[in-house]
Amino acid sequence: MKVLDHNELFKHPEYIEQFENKKKFEDMASSEKVKEVAEWTKTEEYKELNFARKHVKINPVKACQPLGALLCAGGFEATLPFVQGAQGCAAYFRSHLARHFKEPSTAVSTSMTEDAAVFGGMNNMLEGLENAYTLYKPEMFAVFTTCMAEVIGDDLGAYVRSARGKGAIPDDLPVPFAHTPSFVGSHVTGYDNMMKSILSTLTEGKKGEPNGKLNVIMGFDTYTGNYREMKRILDIMGVKHTILANISDTYDSPNTGKYKMYPGGTPLADAADSANAIGTVALQKSSTHKTIEFIKSEWVQKTATVIPIGIRNTDKFFDEVSKITGKSIPKEIEDERGRAVDAMIDSHPYVHGKRFALTGDPDLLLGLISFVMEMGGYPTHIICTNGDKKFKEEAQELLSESPFGIHGQVYTNKDMWHLRSLMFTDPVDLLIGNSYAKFLWRDVGTPLVRIGFPLFDRHHLHRYPIIGYQGVLNLVNWIVNTVLDELDRESMYTSSFDVIR
Amino acid sequence: MHITTDFQEKDIVYGGDKHLDAAMRELKGLFPLANGIGVLSECPVGLIGDDIEAVSRNVSKDLEIPVVPVRCEGFRGVSQSLGHHIANDTIRDYVLGKGGKLDESTPYDVNLVGDYNIGGDGWSSRKILEEMGLRVIAQWTGDASVNEMKIASKAKLNLIHCYRSMNYICRHMEEEYGIPWHEFNFFGPTKIYESIRKIAELFDEKIQENAEKVIEKYKPMMDAVIEEYRPRLEGKTVLLFVGGLRPRHTVGAYEDLGMEVVGTGYEFGHNDDYKRTYPVMPEGAIVMDDATSYELEEFTYRLRPDMIGSGIKEKYNYHKMGVPFRQMHSWDYSGPYHGFDGFPVFARDMDMTVNSPTWDLIRRKR
Repeated sequence: MKVLDHNELFKHPEYIEQFENKKKFEDMASSEKVKEVAEWTKTEEYKELNFARKHVKINPVKACQPLGALLCAGGFEATLPFVQGAQGCAAYFRSHLARHFKEPSTAVSTSMTEDAAVFGGMNNMLEGLENAYTLYKPEMFAVFTTCMAEVIGDDLGAYVRSARGKGAIPDDLPVPFAHTPSFVGSHVTGYDNMMKSILSTLTEGKKGEPNGKLNVIMGFDTYTGNYREMKRILDIMGVKHTILANISDTYDSPNTGKYKMYPGGTPLADAADSANAIGTVALQKSSTHKTIEFIKSEWVQKTATVIPIGIRNTDKFFDEVSKITGKSIPKEIEDERGRAVDAMIDSHPYVHGKRFALTGDPDLLLGLISFVMEMGGYPTHIICTNGDKKFKEEAQELLSESPFGIHGQVYTNKDMWHLRSLMFTDPVDLLIGNSYAKFLWRDVGTPLVRIGFPLFDRHHLHRYPIIGYQGVLNLVNWIVNTVLDELDRESMYTSSFDVIR
Repeated sequence: MHITTDFQEKDIVYGGDKHLDAAMRELKGLFPLANGIGVLSECPVGLIGDDIEAVSRNVSKDLEIPVVPVRCEGFRGVSQSLGHHIANDTIRDYVLGKGGKLDESTPYDVNLVGDYNIGGDGWSSRKILEEMGLRVIAQWTGDASVNEMKIASKAKLNLIHCYRSMNYICRHMEEEYGIPWHEFNFFGPTKIYESIRKIAELFDEKIQENAEKVIEKYKPMMDAVIEEYRPRLEGKTVLLFVGGLRPRHTVGAYEDLGMEVVGTGYEFGHNDDYKRTYPVMPEGAIVMDDATSYELEEFTYRLRPDMIGSGIKEKYNYHKMGVPFRQMHSWDYSGPYHGFDGFPVFARDMDMTVNSPTWDLIRRKR
């Protein structure tokens, strides 16, 4: 039986007629007028108006602090993310992550309502901790806040002490907490705040003999493939390591027919021992500022921050790891490098000279700008809603280091509606962004390579690494094959439609 | 589209009213064809005491479009249900009956209320009403327009699908404009036939004749769907945990396919929802209120349903448990499920959920 769902059903004449008839009740602008205004939105004049706005964001490329805190919390063994605030926020974080990973996303909320607004959220927290501990028996609570708890000024430290005093939770149960108001920073800030709190809580009094291991902080990284790749390459190098906030099993667990609430994460003992590592490598800056500062000052460790996206960046990563651990880079890794470079050389004619619009988180963008220039592409419009001044300077410096950076303009605190204006007035060949960028693809017609977060409308991309030399292969694959798909579509009925590319 | 004032710390400290005012003026400049603006407040706005009503009033006056302040801070009430009520009330206060363009009135003018047009549900429902000879002058709130919400007060009857979220506006229109309201159910042929006939009873013979013709027209198609899918679904059991009207309204559609709903529950139901639910449930079925994920799991272990219908936050937990699952909020990005055109899609989707060979791969063959 041929079943028509919404994808086809509403193209049928009876529905077209229905929509047409409905218009007389809608009293909307005429379709000519709509078309006229739509055309106007593509102009230089509209761009100026668009860039002059100061008070409203339209399709911003950022989420809020507690979302980042939840991702971080989920990366620790048997840890229950605990949201102090109103319930709808927790539902949003969980839905957002579930849609991206296509995995369960666990969190509890204290479901604060009007009475908490008046009397504060202490009772919510005490009862919440007690209930959640009784039901879900976590080995750690990671507490973070929503706007509500922040605006009313909930004193998390006092509440946790009170919960212990009243016997709601065991004395020795770690309960790190982070203040994560959504009206400050973005998800990367929240990740940083939660990580710092978890590490400082777990490592308190644990400083002892060096354990010879390397800490790797992934940052707000939503590619489960990256975590597995990191483990693989460090194993090949013979570097004993602890991946901090290891979400790879939490957000990519095997289907065994049994639901496990805590399917993985960095073991708490390993996290506690991270203070005794020989050094810490962070793969992002924006999501690790405070954590790295803490590690430097409290643990007095060697630290390095390097984003291993692209060849040169990955080279740098291995150099840093080598420097900290004293391990040499094995041939197996060198061979992987050679294969990745080979792939880039093979594909370069289809990327060289192409102009790119890029949008996403600060560190991802720094990695991608570097990679695109390595392929001979021109990063052109770079939109980073949650990028700060430092990011902007760094991105500009990066662009200035290569002849392929000459067209690059970096915009922070701007959004996808700004990008839309840029793409109409100064068109590019390719767009890199998350699933929401598909609206730009639809409006402007520029082919989209989906890299970033969230990825809702394509399955499984997050399972593939984008870091390291293996990550380079995936990036080359997605970018060059997007170009080739587009080339086929464009040349479909010409003599240029060819079987070999 | 996501449009936000993107509150920062300084807005919390100094208040966000000026910011909101300026934001709306910028928006009207960028989107000159907008027929209205809805302002939806989040927690901080309510907590710091911003006066979004005053700002909206001023902006509305200057821009000459309705600006509707919706006080829907997350901390208000225990669930999204209060948000529905608040939204109903604000539309009542700011939009309904405030002008609007309707060239003529007919005795057959109705509003289609409480249909959110998930996967085109509103359109497949509207189609039936129009084929019956009724004239849908306003569709709320899936695919609604400002004008439709204004002129809704001129209808002769409110036909309401999701009672939970929109009974408030129907009751108001009854009191204020004398418009009666009638609940119906367009899930699955049995309920659709029943609903069509009951709706027709409220009109004249012409409509009643049309109603029979409509049923006659679609019955063969509905029978064919049942013939195709029922053999594969007969006797399969379903556990539902959703919101609004679905915990009860979908029961008949499952039964049309030979399936049995052994348990159902509401995320944000009220007493009147449960009164409407018990009569449609089979003997011995479980009814849950605001179940936690812990409780839902326990019910699943005990009831051992052949499939579960719930939301995105539950979906992957049940995938891991190997329990066939369908999102019954978003129709899992499928739909429509309402109306005659929706039933084949519903049947196909339940079949692929229960009978996917992937579930059998979880365990090795012995």
